[in-house]
Amino acid sequence: MTSFVRNQWYVAAYGHEIGRDLFGRTILGGRLVFYQTSAGEVVALADRCVHRRFPLSESRLDGDTVVCGYHGFTYDRTGRCVFVPGQKRIPRTARVPAYPVVERDSFVWVWIGDAEPVAQPPRAPWLADPGYTTVCGMEPLAARYELLVDNLLDLSHETYLHGGYIGTPEVAETPITTEVDEDRGIVYVSRRMADAACPPFYAKSTGIEGRITRWQDIEYHPPCLYLLHSRIAPAGVLPDGDGSDPHGFHVEVVYAITPETAHSTHDFWAVARDFALDDHGVSDFLAESNRTVVLQDVAALDVLEQVIAAEPSGYQELSINIDTGGLAARRILARMAAP
Amino acid sequence: MTRYRIEWVPGSDLLVGFCFCGAVHESEDPVEMWAWLLGHPEGHR
Repeated sequence: MTSFVRNQWYVAAYGHEIGRDLFGRTILGGRLVFYQTSAGEVVALADRCVHRRFPLSESRLDGDTVVCGYHGFTYDRTGRCVFVPGQKRIPRTARVPAYPVVERDSFVWVWIGDAEPVAQPPRAPWLADPGYTTVCGMEPLAARYELLVDNLLDLSHETYLHGGYIGTPEVAETPITTEVDEDRGIVYVSRRMADAACPPFYAKSTGIEGRITRWQDIEYHPPCLYLLHSRIAPAGVLPDGDGSDPHGFHVEVVYAITPETAHSTHDFWAVARDFALDDHGVSDFLAESNRTVVLQDVAALDVLEQVIAAEPSGYQELSINIDTGGLAARRILARMAAP
Repeated sequence: MTRYRIEWVPGSDLLVGFCFCGAVHESEDPVEMWAWLLGHPEGHR
């Protein structure tokens, strides 16, 4: 297992979570406070007053400044202290760290690390695309983030853990192709099922009644962003020769994997579809079904975390072909976490 | 472009690894396969 990967972008929240109320969240072991300025920009500061450590998230906003709820130390959006009680001199060290923030694709990304951001966060454009309808959520996971990476890079577990929702026998039976782009640090895992049973998740949402051609193309941008490009169509129906795909149903399943502590994780999930865009019944069904699937993973990984925490060090795992992509992800994470 | 690919041959337990240098390797163990790929250029012709 690796440690935290710093100097990276992480999803801190959905944009709709951050408003004119102070919002606290722990990321990579550090507590941050978020709020939206009167101009609508999101601010991220360390959630601890420099004076006596009081959480700023338990304090109040005054315009675009944060007033500590204990003694009134007041901070602007850059983290600079602009007021202390009872005296005119503001100590030079009266400042809380401010974190770079990027809002895109419905997420609030925050840069965690001492270095300056070197690039923009990776994209999940479907989540804010009017050509797609998205349902989303976040579930707290009482397990280290690496267990969620393992889980998502090997979808053969769908057959056993998510039967009746997204799992069918063909998922575990179908070989995968794994690719790693070393230059860009991206892991790809592809599973193409030519003739598979249609699980309820897709049968009820697409209306397809028979067997299907099912493609699962994973694109993992370590450490935080995981994309599953899912294509569903009646068995034998493929994209047209020009690349268009009018008879396919496309679901973009997005996860943001943000460590909370060394043993807990924010499990952000979103499901964007390019069909039945205005059908609230489909939205409700996919939201409820995917949340159920995520909670099945959460229950399993919470147990696994306890097993790992209790085992002697040096336990030797066994890896087989289904783990080829997960092994690639682990290696990249270990490299990124190295000092 | 530094790109590695591992294909799992349908109907078998065999993995075929393709290094960016053009070398190809067969294995039934993904751990051994990654060690070979990342060991480039050792054992790659």
